[in-house]
Amino acid sequence: MKELMIEAAVDRLEEVLAFVDTALEELDCPMKAQMQIDVATEEIFVNVASYAYAPGTGDVRIQIGADPETRTFTITFTDSGIPYDPLQKEDPDVTLSAEKRGVGGLGIFMVKKSMDRVAYRRENGQNIFRMEKQI
Amino acid sequence: MLNIIKSKESDALHIALEGRLDTTTAPQLETELKASLGDTDKLVLDFEKLEYISSAGLRVLLSAQKIMNKQGEMKIIHVNDVINEIFEVTGFSDILNIE
Repeated sequence: MKELMIEAAVDRLEEVLAFVDTALEELDCPMKAQMQIDVATEEIFVNVASYAYAPGTGDVRIQIGADPETRTFTITFTDSGIPYDPLQKEDPDVTLSAEKRGVGGLGIFMVKKSMDRVAYRRENGQNIFRMEKQI
Repeated sequence: MLNIIKSKESDALHIALEGRLDTTTAPQLETELKASLGDTDKLVLDFEKLEYISSAGLRVLLSAQKIMNKQGEMKIIHVNDVINEIFEVTGFSDILNIE
């Protein structure tokens, strides 16, 4: 298990992705899966950075677990911000034309599509978001 | 990191993107497009060297497409498989003109 404790701020995104990519490279993760995991990581981290502690700031703990045998990769985000379950967001209608298409909910929709399993829970005053993918 | 390389090719504005179009870099493209799209009726976005796109990047593409639908046309060329898959999943492959 690897762990990164970092300020939940958009300008720390690069460090977060570098942390995740290093772990993925150790597993020889295929490029496509790496991009999908990066996209999901970005969406969740940016969500926490935007909403959890607004208008203040706070930290988020990012834990990575990898099982080389089953090639299962898990990332868990834990923050102490306001309760926020991103999975409650309604999926966008991806069949609409450009004119009718809004941009809300697109990020979390991409997380659901690119990861095999996602789960949110609120525990001891913390938001815990866990996502998993076989690579 | 994102590099934005602009050129005029006959009557089209050609914008090549190199690097990553994510939450931190998408505002750069948005600013660039706002400044350049004024009287453009043909926009070509070249993704040959674009490695990564997240929802923040998709948002900028959607608003560019909306603008260009009104004043001309926009197409995206040299999209790699990984980015193409993101377009598919999000329904953007139906909205965007991808060559």
